[in-house]
Amino acid sequence: MFEYCVDPPSLEGLAWLSCYLTTGKHMAFYSAFGTVLLLLAITAPAALAFGFGGAMAARTRIAPLRWLGKGYIAVVRGVPDIAFFLFFVIALDQGLEYLRHKVKCPDWQEPIRQGSDFIVCQAAKIPLGNSPQWVHEVYGFSLAVLTFAIVFGAFAANVLYGAMRAVPRGQIETAEAYGMTPRQTFWRITVPQMWVFALPGLSNLWMVLIKATPLLFLLGVEDIVYWARDLGSAKTPRFTEYPHGDWRIYYFLVLLVFYLAFTRVSEVVLDRLMARLTRGQATTAGEAQRKTA
Amino acid sequence: MSCLQTIQDYGLRALGYGERLLPRDGFTLCEQVTLIGSGMIWNIYFGVFALAFGFLLATALGLGKASQNRFVRKSASWFIFLFRGSPLFIQFFFGYFLFLSLKQYAPLFDNFSAAWLGALIVLFLNTAAYTGEIFYGALQSIPKGDVEAADAYGLTGWSRFRRVIWPTMLRLAWPAYTNEAIFLFHATTLVFFSGFPARQQRGDALYYASYFADKTFNPFIPYPILAGYFILLTLVIITIFGAVNRHLNRHLPRTDTPKMRLRFNLIR
Repeated sequence: MFEYCVDPPSLEGLAWLSCYLTTGKHMAFYSAFGTVLLLLAITAPAALAFGFGGAMAARTRIAPLRWLGKGYIAVVRGVPDIAFFLFFVIALDQGLEYLRHKVKCPDWQEPIRQGSDFIVCQAAKIPLGNSPQWVHEVYGFSLAVLTFAIVFGAFAANVLYGAMRAVPRGQIETAEAYGMTPRQTFWRITVPQMWVFALPGLSNLWMVLIKATPLLFLLGVEDIVYWARDLGSAKTPRFTEYPHGDWRIYYFLVLLVFYLAFTRVSEVVLDRLMARLTRGQATTAGEAQRKTA
Repeated sequence: MSCLQTIQDYGLRALGYGERLLPRDGFTLCEQVTLIGSGMIWNIYFGVFALAFGFLLATALGLGKASQNRFVRKSASWFIFLFRGSPLFIQFFFGYFLFLSLKQYAPLFDNFSAAWLGALIVLFLNTAAYTGEIFYGALQSIPKGDVEAADAYGLTGWSRFRRVIWPTMLRLAWPAYTNEAIFLFHATTLVFFSGFPARQQRGDALYYASYFADKTFNPFIPYPILAGYFILLTLVIITIFGAVNRHLNRHLPRTDTPKMRLRFNLIR
């Protein structure tokens, strides 16, 4: 990157290090941190949306929809963790290809599962065989996001379901006394008031979500774990201009520090948010705040 | 090949006994159930030992975090923060590479880079940190009256801890500790996906499940089998911990026994 980096073997000390840390692969490593943040930024609202949908479904008066909502919460939460991630990435991929196959090639005769193979027609492949590399990467990443959203959505649904029920009964009754319809009561009274009850659960979920991001590696995305393993492993002078021994321990130390800092910052921010949300609420914490003020 | 024969060949495959080669094609349901079940041996091994050793360290950590001594309190808090604030997955990787480099300096560390010892140590420290936080919370919520009653009886020091504080702490912490135990067992599935090699393909249940999913390209059979095993394991844990819970609360009126609320958690 720097001008003096033309002949790395001749460099020493800080100059060598500055060149080493700015190679193309290291830039990819740094941008992988962006991938993790991007995943969090997309997954958190998506999971919240799944959760909101799930919680609403679990509360509805229409029985089949309610069973669906409750079943979603129970099944996803009961099945062991990473098994779900490994399962869903393949299952979603095959499910999507199967649907496209049915639509695009209706007169395909052979069975789709032939022994150990899963065969759909060329037009149904996702992404298409001739599409550029970035499409494959975006597709892989979207599958990972969807998997995260489904799994964490079930957890969010459970939290929101509890929070909706925690809104004081008197508030709902007052709304009914004013002649609001159930829909109005839900959107104008329950939803604005439930957040303070949901926040402890949601912030816990956010912490778990942060700590689940390294599993992107298992879903086949080139994330920070992938690059840390790749860059840290021993390099010989034959293949690289920057030979070094096994440095994976230092790379993973960096990741460890990154996650510790990230969770710590989140903790502080969420505590502030909680203090802001409890202001003026009819809860113990809100009452305590009023007295000290 | 009959199913009984398969069980003989692969029942203890995860420990290295029986057939050397894994099945390569024409996978039967029996083979999948047997091999994944054989992998469960490792999950149970990691879970049981990490829980047992972790319990002792966790008690020390909980007490340490509640200690008056500044140095003890700070170091216990930092330990807990370190292991609760970072992903277990990264801890496994870090631990593995740490043990690999230690191995070059001292032959003492030869066994540490193998999963049976290295991963167990990481899991042990991790669960100790989570449990320590639970115990710390329980220590904070011991009713004031209990401790005052102990003082009034003239109990001090060790006997006060042994007879009053410790049993009450356990009683209060037990429901949360049960959850921790359940998801420690779930966390054991990460071991063979995080650097620790499965030598001669001796892996845990998830290792074999993903082996079958990769070979057959059909996730709809091995993963539900795995889920079934884990649900079974969870039920066993609930039964055992529930019995302990009843024992801990045996002096209280039935209605006061804290309900065991099951909250399934995700990866840490």
